[in-house]
Amino acid sequence: MMNAAIQTNIARLQIMKAKVLAALRKGENYELKTELNSEYKERRKEAVRRVIANMTVGKDVSGLFTDVLKNMHTDDLEIKKLIYLYLINYAKTQPDLVILAINTFVKDAEDSNPLIRALAIRTMGCLHVQEVLDYLCDPLRKCLKDSNPYVRKTAVMCVAKVYDLNAEVAEENGFIDSVRESLSDSNTMVVSNAVSTLVEMNDMAPNQDIWKLDPGMVGKLLTAINECIEWGQIAILETLVEYAPRDEKEAENICERVLPRLQHANGSVVLTTVRLLLKYEKYVRRADLLSQFSKKMVPPLITLLSSEPEIQYVALRNINIILQRHPTLLSKEIRVFFCRYNDPIYVKYEKLDVLVRICSERNVEPLLNELKEYAKEVDVDFVSRAVQAISRLAIRYESAAEKAVKVLQELLQTKINHIIQNAMVAFQEVLRRYPNRFDSVVEGLCEYIDEVDEPDARAALFWIVGEYSEHVANVSNILTSSLESFLEEKDECVQLALVSASVKFFLKSPQKGQSLVLKALQTATEKCANPDVRDRAYIYWRLLSADPNAARSVVLIDKPPIELDDADLSPQLLEELVNELGCVSSVLQKPAKLFVYKLAEKAGVPRDSDATGMGLEEADSAVAGGSGGSTSGIDTTNEGEPELLISF
Amino acid sequence: MASSVFLLDLKGKPLIARDYRGDIPLTAIDRFMPLLQEREDEEGTGLPVMTENGVTYLHLREKDVYMVALTRKNTNAMTLLQFLHHLSKVFTEYFKTIEEESIRDNFVIIYELLDEMMDYGVPQITEPKILQEYITQESHMLEITPRPPMAVTNAVSWRSEGISYRKNEVFLDVVESINMLVNPKGNVLSSDIQGAIKMKVYLSGMPELRLGLNDKVMFESTGRSAKGKAVEMEDIRFHQCVRLSKFESDRTISFIPPDGEFELMTYRLNTQLKPLIWCESVVESHRGRVEYMIKAKAQFKHRSTANNVEIIVPVPNDSDSPKFKSTIGSVKYAPERSAFVWKIKQFQGGKEALLRAHFGLPSIRDDDPERRPPISVKFDIPYFTTSGIQVRYLKIVEKSGYQALPWVRYITKNGDYQLRMPDPITGGSSRLPPI
Repeated sequence: MMNAAIQTNIARLQIMKAKVLAALRKGENYELKTELNSEYKERRKEAVRRVIANMTVGKDVSGLFTDVLKNMHTDDLEIKKLIYLYLINYAKTQPDLVILAINTFVKDAEDSNPLIRALAIRTMGCLHVQEVLDYLCDPLRKCLKDSNPYVRKTAVMCVAKVYDLNAEVAEENGFIDSVRESLSDSNTMVVSNAVSTLVEMNDMAPNQDIWKLDPGMVGKLLTAINECIEWGQIAILETLVEYAPRDEKEAENICERVLPRLQHANGSVVLTTVRLLLKYEKYVRRADLLSQFSKKMVPPLITLLSSEPEIQYVALRNINIILQRHPTLLSKEIRVFFCRYNDPIYVKYEKLDVLVRICSERNVEPLLNELKEYAKEVDVDFVSRAVQAISRLAIRYESAAEKAVKVLQELLQTKINHIIQNAMVAFQEVLRRYPNRFDSVVEGLCEYIDEVDEPDARAALFWIVGEYSEHVANVSNILTSSLESFLEEKDECVQLALVSASVKFFLKSPQKGQSLVLKALQTATEKCANPDVRDRAYIYWRLLSADPNAARSVVLIDKPPIELDDADLSPQLLEELVNELGCVSSVLQKPAKLFVYKLAEKAGVPRDSDATGMGLEEADSAVAGGSGGSTSGIDTTNEGEPELLISF
Repeated sequence: MASSVFLLDLKGKPLIARDYRGDIPLTAIDRFMPLLQEREDEEGTGLPVMTENGVTYLHLREKDVYMVALTRKNTNAMTLLQFLHHLSKVFTEYFKTIEEESIRDNFVIIYELLDEMMDYGVPQITEPKILQEYITQESHMLEITPRPPMAVTNAVSWRSEGISYRKNEVFLDVVESINMLVNPKGNVLSSDIQGAIKMKVYLSGMPELRLGLNDKVMFESTGRSAKGKAVEMEDIRFHQCVRLSKFESDRTISFIPPDGEFELMTYRLNTQLKPLIWCESVVESHRGRVEYMIKAKAQFKHRSTANNVEIIVPVPNDSDSPKFKSTIGSVKYAPERSAFVWKIKQFQGGKEALLRAHFGLPSIRDDDPERRPPISVKFDIPYFTTSGIQVRYLKIVEKSGYQALPWVRYITKNGDYQLRMPDPITGGSSRLPPI
């Protein structure tokens, strides 16, 4: 009874609340409606401003459509612009009402002020309403031939909007031809907008062959590029990338003429020029030219690293790709990639990647010192990547192993918990890569048994103990005490490593290890809940009881050397990304069809936001190689214990 | 190609939204903040370029405002990020700072600018000087409505015709910023010089300018022997007014300058430098206190002097009761920056200065590793360039034939100047003498 009463009350309250809110909302719109119809100009102006302000914060002001439109015919440019903005926002939802605005638009398109003509044409294009199209065509045709270049550059852009809305209309009215003609306009902004428009239309209808660059046009564009604004230069460079030169001579000529663009202050002009030069490498055969091009690329690429952090990030991701094509391009410049204390963390990750990539035997030592500094920072992820980098360098360069081990030992001595965990994993890799070379350090590592608490690190340490038991004085103590807390280990990888270590110890010194191995196998088979651990223990047990010698030859064999997987991109993907340098795909280091749905549909790729590329083999391999990018490619886990693989 | 551009507050709520192509629903922006957060949780950092559901979000942050561009295509990411930076530059020219507050106050003009600077997702005119000629904060009646500036329609898009000054003058500032990363032993890990030539141009008409520098490559290519030192600049980047093809062919820097202030060129020299100001530091950490000894050296010519030197030395967050003693300058504790700042008004070349500092620490502290920021140094050294670059001449030719005066100034200052600190000495008896 009580409950029901309360509930009705609540329901009633909610209805009231909704009513009050509706009244309030209506209230404001109602008030605006009155103001918009005020006889005073200033009040109407203020009202329009408020309408737009409300629209900006997401309030619905579409109900005021007709009242706003009444103010459209004004000589106040600010009001005009605001009302146009309003129209762009609500035209799609109220296409029939837009017609009311047409008159003003058409009139504005003939205004004596070019700014107003351009504004009208630009806005009509943005309305995205079929109904407007019929009224747009005539003014657009005139504006394409306008005497003022500002109007022409706007009109040219408008053709792309018309084409998007209705390709036939654009074609029938001859707009496409007009844009092609605009490529020869005397004003470079008209030219570059014409290029953008044609590229857009090509993109919308790839099979229509709306535009194909021919050698004559290339010459014109190369002249125009010198006078263009920066964005126009990028548009022209991008189309030239797509162009296939007729012969070597033409390719050389194009490269030489875009070369000065490397000096431009805009990083995107620079990077797009680099893209063009890399793409044209396959057309140019003269070795002296090619080496001249690469030499010229280096300084501008380095300078990109003194730009804003976001620009640096994109530059670094792309440098990573360029280096896979030209591995030695930046090897003299390693120091510029050293991390600054105040670099954003995403820049640091990328720098670290590039550092490891361009490091050579010659400069590995200073880099190891540098990595030691990074490993002492507070950001846990960065530290772990830095330590990983140390072991990668040690694995890659035999001459660096000694130094790397020294650095890792120093890191252990910091006694800082997360550094110790990472260093231990790194040690395992180095020891695995150079068996029997660093026997003397093993004893020291075991002293950290109590500090090592992360599963990966513990597993690493037990692996080391098992492999090097003959070099550790108190192995049986370590293993015995660890076995006591066997069931409390957080992760199965630790338990597996512990079981394996006990077996190895037993096989190496049967006398001392007998009771220990028995306890290990008993605990693992009888008390452990994890089936994998139990299984492995059973296998060991049977192997040992069947034939200890066979067990020895299985468990204590030499392991295959570990190798570095440098996380390189597949050759096809690399080719694709070099041709798209600076684009989203090369930043993500994923093929475009994985995140551009239009392309995905064409390629039959399932829509997948995470772009894991299931079912798409090529993409799959590409992602495996590249998208991780910054993570190390070494197989650090211990689960591939070779002895087990053989026994299966 | 951007589909839309947004300005968001810190919570990710739109302050301004401009839809250019209508191919992405405006609601897609609601996913921006969660996406950024996800990346932060997974990878420890949000990224400037992120993709979800076929939409790519590119962004940068200015104070408490996110500027975000959305696209559906595999478009040029570098272009869009550069565009956002241009946008932020233009906003700053118009209303000083980019903050939530200033965005709300200026939404009308922001919409106008967004409309002008990008059309159908393609960047258009982004030069602040030019935009200011026809998009102004005061509203206009039609009779005096601004027209598209001559510059937009000229072959030269950065200068309008009909500019006139009574006194024709040009000021050139050669500014070199020193970037430096030094390890505790004093070995320079990386160093470079970022140079810039900034101009203030007050010239009438359409002047043609030609700038001559002691550029080594130019001397070599023309076969002239340089009197004195010539400088080899590694990477030169020019303002768009400079004729790049002319520079490429014979290394002359010729241009029609924009009116007023602008940066003509930047260059970089990647030479191994000695730190101009070097600080040797000893840190001793004991239970309940930490001691510093900093020895600063001005390692440049005796006749030069560094002005407004600031040496910023980081200390643990929880330091208190500071005590300082220095041979010159003044020292202040800046707890909000977890550092103390040693200011030296004038520091003559070849001189040394010594500072001792003592801080108390709470006796019970957590064992988390300390952040170890580097010492940073600020300074400026007038009448001096580290590279030795010199302006040999600046020729000014205008068809009316007026005489114009060029003025040149040189200055070297700090860029990103970081000196890493040594590990603190712990335990044992103190080696530093008491203050």
